[in-house]
Amino acid sequence: MKKHDTHEQVSFGLWVYIMSDCILFASLFAAYAVLHTQTAGGAGGAELFDRSFVLIETLILLTSSFTCGLALLAARAKNTVGVWLSLLATFALGATFLGMELSEFGMLVSEGHSWAASAFLSSFFTLVGTHGLHIFVGLSWLIALFIYLGIRGLTPKMSKRIVYFSLFWHFLDIVWICLFSLVYLLGSL
Amino acid sequence: MFGILTPEAFIHGPIETGAQLIVVGGALSVVLLLTITKRWKWLWTEWLTSLDAKRIGIMYLILAGLMLARGGVDALMMRSQQAVAVGAGTGYLSPDHFAQVFTAHGVIMIFFVAMTFMFGLINCILPLQIGTRDVSFPLLNSISFWLTATGAVLVNLSLVVGAFAATGWLAYPPLSEIAYSPGVGVDYYIWALQISGIGTLLAAVNFIVTIIKERAPGMTLMRMPIFVWTVLGSMLLVLFAFPILTGTMTMLALDRVLGMHFFSTDLGGNAMMYVNLIWAWGHPEVYILILPAFGIFSEIVPVFSQKRLFGYTSMVVATMAIVLLSFGVWVHHFFTMGAGANVNAFFGIATMVIAIPTGVKVFNWIFTMFRGRIKYTVPMLWFMGFLFSFILGGMTGVLMSVPAVDFQLHNSLFLVAHFHNMVIGGVLFGYFCGFAYWFPKIFGFGLNEMLGKVSYWLWIVGFAMAFIPLYILGMMGMTRRLDFVDAASGYHPLLVLAAVGAGIIALGAAAQFICYAVSTFERKRHMDRTGDYWNGRTLEWSVPSPAPFYNFAHIPTVHGRDAWWTMKEKKQTHEAGYQDILLPKNSCVGLLIAGFSFLFGFGMVWHMWWLLPVSLIGIFVTIVVRSFADETEYVVPAHLVKATEQRHHK
Repeated sequence: MKKHDTHEQVSFGLWVYIMSDCILFASLFAAYAVLHTQTAGGAGGAELFDRSFVLIETLILLTSSFTCGLALLAARAKNTVGVWLSLLATFALGATFLGMELSEFGMLVSEGHSWAASAFLSSFFTLVGTHGLHIFVGLSWLIALFIYLGIRGLTPKMSKRIVYFSLFWHFLDIVWICLFSLVYLLGSL
Repeated sequence: MFGILTPEAFIHGPIETGAQLIVVGGALSVVLLLTITKRWKWLWTEWLTSLDAKRIGIMYLILAGLMLARGGVDALMMRSQQAVAVGAGTGYLSPDHFAQVFTAHGVIMIFFVAMTFMFGLINCILPLQIGTRDVSFPLLNSISFWLTATGAVLVNLSLVVGAFAATGWLAYPPLSEIAYSPGVGVDYYIWALQISGIGTLLAAVNFIVTIIKERAPGMTLMRMPIFVWTVLGSMLLVLFAFPILTGTMTMLALDRVLGMHFFSTDLGGNAMMYVNLIWAWGHPEVYILILPAFGIFSEIVPVFSQKRLFGYTSMVVATMAIVLLSFGVWVHHFFTMGAGANVNAFFGIATMVIAIPTGVKVFNWIFTMFRGRIKYTVPMLWFMGFLFSFILGGMTGVLMSVPAVDFQLHNSLFLVAHFHNMVIGGVLFGYFCGFAYWFPKIFGFGLNEMLGKVSYWLWIVGFAMAFIPLYILGMMGMTRRLDFVDAASGYHPLLVLAAVGAGIIALGAAAQFICYAVSTFERKRHMDRTGDYWNGRTLEWSVPSPAPFYNFAHIPTVHGRDAWWTMKEKKQTHEAGYQDILLPKNSCVGLLIAGFSFLFGFGMVWHMWWLLPVSLIGIFVTIVVRSFADETEYVVPAHLVKATEQRHHK
């Protein structure tokens, strides 16, 4: 008897889905590439970006990927406490990252550099915001995992779900690295 | 509480009120019929919550049929308006209403007829062709369908509440920006496409995984039926093109709702970026639609020529070449942008190059027919009509790929005639062909050939009469989307001819529905008792018609291309005895997620912001609850399989 939604199918399906998500980001990157000089007389990236702040953000996100990897190892070792701790750490780091990003957004808006100020800022907020939205989806996914983990414990199904979550989470890391280098580093030159 | 929704949104002019009554009346009469016949429970368990790909496929087909009627009425309104709005006459449609009609026509025909029809045929046939009992993710399949249906509901809801976009089917800015389209029409457009687009993308993931992972033992990639290959190509295109649509629609929505400046005319926005992005999706989209049609022809031509397909390998290579090339031609939709001679030359040549793999396919079909014993059945007639129309459309397409020529013909009725040649004569005829061919497999009985032929001839004659005049009108300089023409222009006689042609097409469509109805009525006379109605070559014909809910009692082992043909020749038999089969249980998750998505879309359109968190939390809770479902499959015991098989083979 053949089962549906087996591990092999789901992980392959996720890879295929992630490929399409790459294209979504690619179109937003393309829009940013077209519009990043269109500041409409306002401030550009060099004046607006705080490199050291974003570097801390980046390090936090990368660390969350590390703790996500630890969760995988803990799941493989059937160590429930380890899974809880590392996933909670991932959640905390992800939430901190998102909070920092929102505070950066808030700062920009309060200084009069909102998304409606120029095409450059529209594309900046949308590109970075879409990544932030993905992080938010990832955090919601983690909450769903916590609910399951709290009620059912570390079942084999749960271990597989941690694998799927980590695929998505690492992907967001890679997108962020592109964002960090193409938007923040190049932009602050 | 109600955002910008006011009672005035329900009040329309007389024609719209008629449409309103039809939509509301139609919905109410379906509800009434179901209540009187006490069919609600049956509908819920057998259809709405079913995860059987064949059932989902039939629901897709029904949705496509309904939307074809809606889009067809729009077409008749346009043709009749243009036939009467000349000189002193102003016709019966206001300019704004006319604009809504041609926008809705394009959106509905592409997204909710062609795409939906395509997924209907894929769901009904593809799992059977690759010898599997189901798709890889049955629940995801149901979610995809219901998201598509949600998009269709939003488009048609705009008839009742508010208005639809009046921007043309691709909603170019700056016209589609809030400054020039302040109503909710463009928002309906955006959210209908966003929601159905996500459904389409998920379906593509599902079918890619299904084709790669679920094939029967022995079916190597180069033994797959060509239909499966073309669906794979089409789904890869969906995967790479639809996210661009999602991204572009998001940017447009942000411009409209949050006052961003992606495509606005001020503060650095760039409207041509929208046109580039939308066609970077839009051109692959036409290949998404046509590739499965090519696949259908590659299935039926060998069957009705009673020969093996000529040039299988070149067919596969041509399919994949089209997949690659289709991403390199988008600028030919707007050579007039002024990208410069070299850029235009590149895209012009790339467009001509794409005609080569397409030509390879046409020659392969013709060589398959060569020295075959051709049976002129209804599917074969659709193929012949396709050849005629597609070659004409292909020629005019290559003509327009020359930038200098395109500067003259851009946005004229010549273009309109060209793409209808491709989309009606190519895509729609292809799907009609597939539907007529697979009808016995899907429903268990054949169609009335005589009525099918009547319908075909009405379609092809009406089609030529409706669109060949448009080529001439385009050459005469008539631009598209005119709600009124000057009497001195000399366009009027040809517009009348085109309107008569559209009327004949409508008769053809009516004949088709009559054909389905009559065939159902007299189905005892055309029962498919063998399961192999046409003496077919591929695995779907190896099972009874309609296919049992588990598809295959024994998963077949494939020994060559044309798997079923090989089995018939070798008189290959199954091992004796039956085994238990595992199938997915019904689930209402697809309906729930689509329902919440509908609320989300409606909230976005009418600025009822509180609906957004409500619907998102609803989706989240649905997913969390589903994550606890352990028993998502049930066992069909061997004795039940045996009983079902024996009933079919009686």
